[in-house]
Amino acid sequence: MHSEFLMGNEAIALGALAAGVNLAAGYPGTPSTEILETIAKRGAADVHVEWSINEKAGLEVAAGAAYSGARALVTMKQVGLNVAADPLMSLEYIGVKGGMVIVVADDPGPISSQTEQDTRTFGMFSKVPVFDPSTVAEAYEMVQEAFAFSEKYHTPVFLRPTTRIDHAYEAIEVKDEAEYEQKEREGFVKDASKWVIFPKLSVRSHAAIEARNAELSKVFSDYPRNKILSGAGQQGSLRKGIASHGVSSMYTRDNLAQDNHLPVLHIATPFPFPEELAVKFLEGLDEVLCIEELDPVIERALLMVCGKYHLPTIIRGKLTGDIQTVGENTVESVGKAIDAFLGQSRPEEKAEAVPPLPVRPPVLCAGCPHRASFLAVKEAMRGQKTIYCGDIGCYTLGNAAPLDMCDTCLCMGAGINIAQGVYHMDPQTKCFAFVGDSTFFAAGITGTVNAFYNQADMTLVVLDNSTTAMTGHQPHPGTGKTIRGEVVEAVSIEKVLRAIGLSVVETVNPLDHAEAVATVKRVASEPGVKAIIFKSPCVVLAKPAARSKVEAEKCIGCQKCIRSLGCPALVLQEGKAFIDETLCTGCTLCESICPVGAIAGGEKL
Amino acid sequence: MSTDIILCGVGGQGTILASKLIAAAAMKKGIPVKTAETIGMAQRGGSVFSHLRLGAGEGSPLIGKKRADLIIAFEPAEAVRQMPFLKEGGSVVVSSRPILPVSAMIGDATYEVESIMAYLRDKVDRLTVVDSDAAARELGSMKVLNVVLLGAAVRSGALGLSEQDILAAIHERVPARFHELNEKALAFAR
Repeated sequence: MHSEFLMGNEAIALGALAAGVNLAAGYPGTPSTEILETIAKRGAADVHVEWSINEKAGLEVAAGAAYSGARALVTMKQVGLNVAADPLMSLEYIGVKGGMVIVVADDPGPISSQTEQDTRTFGMFSKVPVFDPSTVAEAYEMVQEAFAFSEKYHTPVFLRPTTRIDHAYEAIEVKDEAEYEQKEREGFVKDASKWVIFPKLSVRSHAAIEARNAELSKVFSDYPRNKILSGAGQQGSLRKGIASHGVSSMYTRDNLAQDNHLPVLHIATPFPFPEELAVKFLEGLDEVLCIEELDPVIERALLMVCGKYHLPTIIRGKLTGDIQTVGENTVESVGKAIDAFLGQSRPEEKAEAVPPLPVRPPVLCAGCPHRASFLAVKEAMRGQKTIYCGDIGCYTLGNAAPLDMCDTCLCMGAGINIAQGVYHMDPQTKCFAFVGDSTFFAAGITGTVNAFYNQADMTLVVLDNSTTAMTGHQPHPGTGKTIRGEVVEAVSIEKVLRAIGLSVVETVNPLDHAEAVATVKRVASEPGVKAIIFKSPCVVLAKPAARSKVEAEKCIGCQKCIRSLGCPALVLQEGKAFIDETLCTGCTLCESICPVGAIAGGEKL
Repeated sequence: MSTDIILCGVGGQGTILASKLIAAAAMKKGIPVKTAETIGMAQRGGSVFSHLRLGAGEGSPLIGKKRADLIIAFEPAEAVRQMPFLKEGGSVVVSSRPILPVSAMIGDATYEVESIMAYLRDKVDRLTVVDSDAAARELGSMKVLNVVLLGAAVRSGALGLSEQDILAAIHERVPARFHELNEKALAFAR
């Protein structure tokens, strides 16, 4: 054993390696991404690790490994679980031979997600057992225990950390490589009665799952991570307690003063719920406050237990309005809820007069090629009725002023199909769908086939910056690299589009502004489904070639550059445009649009 | 001993490296550390913060309101945004240089730096304002603003770590060719 300062995701990865994981797959998604990256960095060469093209593919690859008796890990964020839902629901019926842990990182807040869905609820829906860690150290241990449970009960299991576990850092004790488990694997053994899902098998499996989960509820009552932290309990005339989970348990701990320790039921396996342990906790308590994030999972389970065992305990939480129903918990929000529960008053916070603060939403980087792509389309289509369907990635930020180039955004790959729907109802509107290169592979190809087959009229714009930028620059099939940096044959987006049947597919550098505008005009006027690939590398990865400079005597202070581009490197100084050279990357877009030619290439770097 | 610290600024300024340096320095002294950071989404240009808890024991990785001993702010408006977390009598180290968001540049938002600085002077007893423009001129780079601010935080006494502690962490985590620049940055305005 040795000590390391680890991010929660790194701890999960090292825990999986310590458990002898043989294969790890997934699709990048905040806050889950670093798990696979750590396995690629720290795992032995014989651990297969891959960025799959989407979560469904990743889950199926992991299932194949687990069918072969290997230990398999698959990672995604909560929204990604929706993509993997189809194979997941059936896999739970089929089961696994080797251990299989599905890490789904939830994002209360949400901090960087479309939804606040709760994977604990998905666990109940899919009948898949859920492990819910509360600290970085616990996540490390728990992933190893999750593998053991999975293998013992022949079921995939969820490990469900949240952002404050995934992205928290803690110094923890981890195993040395020599201490890692070594998993022997038998390989796939044919047995159609086991691995082929037919209705007959499904009914049998369903019965087995229900029996197993009833057993697991008992087993989990003795699982030491589900625990009752004892306390005096007496508060005035009533005996009170708290039920919590995950990082909210830590907020609870931060708030409970030494002298009024309440008993706390800590739930590490929300499904199957440790019923017997809950009964033990509830007996003798008059009121329990459930402090949890996202859905009222523990609260509902305790209400059920009270009903089933005729316990008179009052259960409070989200359903009673005692805990916020949406958003992330904080030390503060949990403290307020506990104070109110105990009937203690909390000093009112005076609203102070604070000077107005600027809103500071994230923006496209200075020199980002997406800015140039959006501008080219905007300029080429000026005066025409258009819709710009956006997608998930850095380029969703194209919605901000002054670009205003993202009219819709639903989920990965949806923009392409939404554009088709709008076209079919309103053929006069010029429909554009923007999709990034990684998203194109994850969820864009099927939408494009749909558009082509169903005779839509739309322009597909692939913003190809040769990486998965938003989640931290992961490679994908178009980059010609694997997660471990091996060079492989790249999949050409242009060839894929042509193979689908598109006859107009043009590739252009968006930073060549005149050419980019001309290309959009030309391509958009073609009938049917056509595509433009704007290809220019992500500015965070590419080294700047030059910096642009404003010639102050030529600048007329019209601010066109500032107002049309919204580039963070362009600022107004004494009535004239000024370029912050620490930010400028020399993309030259501002040079292209200055009406008086006052901006020119500065020093070459 | 426990110290709760918030680092805040604008995405891309180096708050995460600064929080890693403090964490590494504390760990070397045997102090347990927990941190929580803003990452993911395209945080460049957006508001970002890190919570650092030195000696927090079994607590959560997030700091409660009015509980932070020290705020290290890379930008004046971001300092004000985090002020609800500062405890009574807590310390603030702030860079003097405002970073205008794009929304302010195109006229959709305002940024009144004078009133923001006046608010900080009024509300914070232990305030250190770092002249970051002077630092940039003298050091020839804004890239080491994070280390300049760490130096000021050390000298404010609120960090509970010494220049030597931070320097050792820099030597461990920053490539050798930047050591001299970082040493100058740490000592800036000593």
